[in-house]
Amino acid sequence: MNVETIFFYLLGAVFVGSALMMVTRRNPVIAALYLILNFFCLAGIYLTLHAQFIAVIQILVYAGAIMVLFVFVIMLLNLSDERRLSEAISFKKIVAGGLSVALLLELLYIFVYRKTDLPTLNAERSIEIGTVESIGRHLFTKFLFPFEVTSILLLAAIVGAVVLAKRRLD
Amino acid sequence: MELQTYLLLSAVTFIIGVVGVLARRNAIIVFMSIELMLNSVNLTLVAFSAYLGDVTGQMLVFFVMTVAAAEAAIGLAIIIALFRNKQTVNLDDINILKW
Repeated sequence: MNVETIFFYLLGAVFVGSALMMVTRRNPVIAALYLILNFFCLAGIYLTLHAQFIAVIQILVYAGAIMVLFVFVIMLLNLSDERRLSEAISFKKIVAGGLSVALLLELLYIFVYRKTDLPTLNAERSIEIGTVESIGRHLFTKFLFPFEVTSILLLAAIVGAVVLAKRRLD
Repeated sequence: MELQTYLLLSAVTFIIGVVGVLARRNAIIVFMSIELMLNSVNLTLVAFSAYLGDVTGQMLVFFVMTVAAAEAAIGLAIIIALFRNKQTVNLDDINILKW
């Protein structure tokens, strides 16, 4: 068992554990903090796959930008008295749990018993494709059009967010 | 490390996200569960990208992240607008469109 494997299992355990904690916490601020921990672990898991660029972007965009937005909104709405929010076990939740367990069992069945010849990791090749140089080259050649469309999407999102959050339209 | 391990990890976190969306009533936590599901799909894409030696998977993750950022901005703006009108983020109370 080499260092990389130990690193992966450690991160994987914290990854699943923080996801569970996030879903079960009552206070949204604590849930948001667990989600940030989850995103950092995911960035570490990306590093075990040699995807350096995606790992850095994960921390910058998710743990940095998106989660700051979440925490900001939670603070802005002042949800302290929302802790009494009814989270009792109901028939609907039992059905939801049953459906989720069924989906999980299906996925586990496919991944564990029905696997055909899965590819093995080619370390040199995966290090080659994960670098900023490789990602940048593909982004500005083969994927140039989607990249430009992305900027229109972000513009639409900015305008939409301003319009929705505005107090009164005039 | 086998590809299977990454797929299992991704499946488990995806299901945790599904449970969060279906069972929780707080709109912000439901929203965070959606982000969790997006992230577990990203993990699958990066794992396949690395194992197949193809950069397309990582490109797709890049675009998924952009969409997630846009979605977070819009979704939180909707939550703010809802809270302003109804003084709550409980999804059971927000049921005007429910038949």
